[in-house]
Parts: sequence; C-alpha cells; structure tokens
Amino acid sequence: MSLQYNFAYLDEQSKKMIRRSILKAMAIPGFQVPFGGREMPLPYGWGTGGIQLTASLLGKEDCLKVIDQGSDDTTNAVSIKDFFKKTARIEITENTEDATIIQTRHRIPETPLTPQQIMVYQVPIPEPLQFIEPKRQENAKMHAFSEYGTMYVKLYEDIARHERIAMAFDYPVHVNGRYIMSPSPIPKFDNPKLHQSCAMHIFGAGREKRIYAVPPYTDVVSLDFEDYPFELEEWDESCAICGSDQTFLDEIITDDEGTRMFVCSDTEFCSRVRQKGKR
Amino acid sequence: MYVAVKGGEAAVANSRKLVKRSRRGPLHIPKIGTDQVDHQLGLAVDRVMAEGALYDRKAAAQAILQSQGDMVEAIFLLRAFRTTLKRFGNSKPVNTGKMQVIRRVSGAFKDIPGGQILGPTYDYTHRLIEFEDEPEPPSRGIQPSREAQIDSDSTSPDQELAGLAPRFQQLPWVVDILRNQGLMPPASETLIGEAVEDLTREPLKVPASRSIRLQNLARGDEGFLLGTAYSLQRGFGLDRHPFLGELRVGYVELTYTPPELGFEISIGRVKVTECFMINRNDGSENRSPGFENGYGLVFGQNERKAMSMSLLDRSLQSAEEGVEVKYPAQDQEFVLSHSDNVESSGFVQHLKLPHYVDFQSELVFIRNYTKDSQKKRKVPVESSV
Repeated sequence: MSLQYNFAYLDEQSKKMIRRSILKAMAIPGFQVPFGGREMPLPYGWGTGGIQLTASLLGKEDCLKVIDQGSDDTTNAVSIKDFFKKTARIEITENTEDATIIQTRHRIPETPLTPQQIMVYQVPIPEPLQFIEPKRQENAKMHAFSEYGTMYVKLYEDIARHERIAMAFDYPVHVNGRYIMSPSPIPKFDNPKLHQSCAMHIFGAGREKRIYAVPPYTDVVSLDFEDYPFELEEWDESCAICGSDQTFLDEIITDDEGTRMFVCSDTEFCSRVRQKGKR
Repeated sequence: MYVAVKGGEAAVANSRKLVKRSRRGPLHIPKIGTDQVDHQLGLAVDRVMAEGALYDRKAAAQAILQSQGDMVEAIFLLRAFRTTLKRFGNSKPVNTGKMQVIRRVSGAFKDIPGGQILGPTYDYTHRLIEFEDEPEPPSRGIQPSREAQIDSDSTSPDQELAGLAPRFQQLPWVVDILRNQGLMPPASETLIGEAVEDLTREPLKVPASRSIRLQNLARGDEGFLLGTAYSLQRGFGLDRHPFLGELRVGYVELTYTPPELGFEISIGRVKVTECFMINRNDGSENRSPGFENGYGLVFGQNERKAMSMSLLDRSLQSAEEGVEVKYPAQDQEFVLSHSDNVESSGFVQHLKLPHYVDFQSELVFIRNYTKDSQKKRKVPVESSV
C-alpha cells in the first residue's frame, strides 16, 4: 500500500464530527442523531456504523473486543478486528473484563460491564417504528410528538392474535421516559442489561446514518402492558459445554435428523466458566 | 453533428468506427483475450451469463470485451445470440442437493450438517485498493485433486476447490431440517416437471405462476432485484427481518436423455448460486405459525442476486397468499414487468432516437392551448412558449 491511512482509518475531521454526534446522542438518550456517515472499506450492513463509532473513539491506550452473535471468532468479528489491528495497531482482547471498547453485533456479553467500558452496537435499522411506518418524515414526527400509539397498537394486535407480544429480538425499549428506541437486534434476553447500566452504550447505523445512545444509569424499559408483562426467553436445557443455565443459548444442529445441542452464545463467558469449573 | 434529416448513413458508419477505436484503445497496450476475461473477470462473466440466460463462458467473455465492459450491453449481446440457438430438448431438472459445493453458509444456524464452508468470498476482504500489484505466486496454492485434474477442461481456482468437495453427493438443505420438524410447509413439487413453462418462448402474463416468476427473476437485472429487495428490508413490504437459511455456490451436473439414445447421459456441469431465505409467519386461520421461505437460483457465483431473488420470491408468494399489497416489491406486475434490463435499457434509451414528429404535435397542441386559455381569461399572460 503506497498511501498511508490515518490512525483507525478515518481522518480526524470525520472522527470529530462523529464524536460530536455521540455527545449529542448522549445528551438526548434514545434520540437518533443523523450524522454524515462515511464510506467504509467494509460493506453496509456489516457493521459500518459500529466501525465508525469505534474508529472515532479509539485511542492508542484502548483495548478492543469485537463480538458477533456473542462470539469472538465469528468471521465478521475476526474481519473487524483485523481491520483495527491493521489501521490502529491497538491491543485486541477476547476477555470481556479487559476491554475498554466492546463492539458488538446482536449480543451484550454475559459478564457484567463496568463504568470504564463503552459498548458499541452495530445497528441495521435504527428506527423502531420502521416496520410500522417506513417513511422517515412520518416517523420523525411520531417521535417528536411522542406519538407512540401505533407501536402499542401493534403490541396489542400481537396479543389479540397470538396471546403474546410476538417480538423475539430488536424488542423496542422506552429510554429515559421519552424516546422509543431500537436496542439493535439483540435478543430480548439482553434488554434488561441496558437498564441502569453503569457502562456507556452507543449505537451506530452506517447505512441509515444515525447515531444514538444510552448513557450510564439511564432507565431503559422494554415495552409491555400491565397484564402482559415483558418476558424473557427460557430454555429447558443448560449449556452443553459449561453447564450455565442463566445464559443465552444457541441451538446447533448436529446431524441430518435434526438432533440439537445447546451452547452459550457468549463463547468467552462459556470458556471462562468451564475453566473455573476445572479448577 | 446530430442531425436526423440527412447524412445518417455516414454518421452511423463513423460512429461504429469510433466505437471500434475507443474499444481497442492505444495500440501499444496489449489486447485482452477472452480467456483472460473468463478467468480474471470471472464474476463479470457469471453475471452476463445469468442475465443473458445462457451458460456459455466464452460467448459471455467475448460479449464483455465487445461492449467495453458495459455489463448490460454485454447481456444484450448474449441474449441476442441466445435467441438464435436451436433448442434440442430439455435437460432433467438439476439436483442442487448434490451440488459440488465451493461455498455454503447459513445465517440462521451457527453450525449445520455438512458444515459452513466460507470458500471464495469478498465478504471478509477489506475494501482497500491494492495500488501495487501483488507479486505472482510461484505456483497455485491449492493442489487440485486427481479427479479435478482429470476432468478439468480448465483449471480455475474454484474448479480446483470443487475438486476438493465431494463429487455430487447429497448435502442436506437447512430448510429441510425445518420442514422435518414441521416448522415450515413442505416444498411444492409442482415447480418441477417435464412440461415447465418457458418465459423465453411465451409472453409474460400477469398473474404469473411461481415458475414463471422465478424464471423472470433469475434473468432479471441484478441492480433492480437488489433495489427492490432492499426496499422490502427497509419496511416497504416486509414487517420483519428475514434470515438467510442457506446459500450455496458450486457445480451441478446436467443430465439429458437424447431421443436417439433413449438413456440418460451427463452433458456437463454448470456453476450456480442457490439461496433459501427464511421468514417468520405468525400463522392465520388456515395455517399454524412457523417459517416460510423464498428461493433464488442464479447462474454462476452471484450471491447478491440470488439473495435478492429469494427475498422477492417470498414477497410475491406472500402477496399471492393474501398479504395486502401496499408497496412496489409486493406487486407482481411491478416487479416482473420491470426486471428485465434488456427491455428497460432499450426503452429508457430509445429517448435518444429522434422524436421530432411527436414533439412537433406536442408543440402545436401547447401553443394552441395557451392561446385559447389566454383568450378565455382575457387577461394577457406572459408566455414562455
């Protein structure tokens, strides 16, 4: 490569612009701040929002962890880590406790976060009302006037039809009593981890060019009704590797007959529990 | 000068000369050969074959060269060639279950029977332009198996990869696992048969059968399919996130029974991309909640297209099953009548043809009309005409 790229790929002006958007997002929890998203050398939909956030937050002292579906070694997580190894030469870790920035797609680690940590989420569709009203002008108004009736009607329709709220991931939350927000496609199992979390959570949608945030110690409430309260996924099984029964489990098909086994989706947590068990 | 009155013949002849010259470029730069295009621009060849609806690598490579890399033009060339070819019979439906897989991924499950095979993909490359040429490797990285060596009419790297894969053995589909668990309705068998309808021989009629729709999408413009499928994902026709059940790329065997022989023979293999996209269905009065799928099958390696195709297939099936049609990507007629880029490119660009007769009548009409309406108002209005 004959040309030189800046530390963490983005130029300093772009990083500054993104950091300003992050500050605004922190000041208005749950509000989607439009930002001048840049073209990144990874495709849209593969975490360009998260990568831009990480790129503008990284300092030379930072230690980065990247997970996809809970796992450190899924292909896309590996690819993003490679990218930052190449462009920022910072320390990369799999250990949740050591990381200062954790970029994630679709999970929040099982290990409790600390006030020193920043969670960076990759977001495909930042607009929680998208599937109710796809037009941006309309849903902007709905947010502005807190006109969230249609969202509750959707939940009510689910209950009328299926006797339950029929959303399993990307389950919408009410942030700081004001904005309805998409927690990104994390399983609803992870929603409670956002509530009054001591860490900072920022969400980046590269293609849709939106940044939003949940600052530390903010109320994050999953939408529900008094008589149909928010419920978490439950498994009859525990993890086949570490034995945990409090974690989110992935289903793995082991043969053509469809035999299944269940293992922790958070692979780092799983291996640590197993190590402890051995000792 | 562009004057349609006279001198058209000389202008056309000169224009053709200019195209030839600009295509060749400066003579001191070496000419590209079709074999270079075939191997070094293989994905371009794949796209031209898919939308040109003809599996002929050599013809597609030549078309790309002849159109200076203008893909839609190359597709047009291939279609125009295809239409002259004699149809000598129908092969048996290909068994994609026995594909010699060079790549296979599922987004729905972490691991699948037969395994996830990353294979050759740009997915995890970083899009950093390598301004300096990589040095040529001393020899090829992957040792082709003996089988691949024996039957290699060409030895492109993915043919070598295919050589490493088990040859035409049944590999289970992920969707079949869901079907066996009763979570997805069984596959409809009516799509496959001796008397399959043929979109290239009959005009498109709407509403079209699924078989015709799939044929239309398979040769439809990649960009159009991508854009309409993307609109679905953004809520213009889908109310939730779809999942990639399975995507496989590889070689399938073509078998044919020549009437003069009376028994089945293998007549070669073609590279295809096959895709199953899964959507959740919350059930209705007539069916229990579960999943349903959309299907995509495209010549060559073209995952963007196969995935878009399966999203659209699902969307059009749902519309047929009674989902309310509100957006373009749910509307059969909208999708099917605008997907073909030979048609659309021709019609959009026909506007370059002289239209002075029609335009003259428009002019006359507007002038008379303004005159009349000015008279009626009896107030002089400034006219720009």
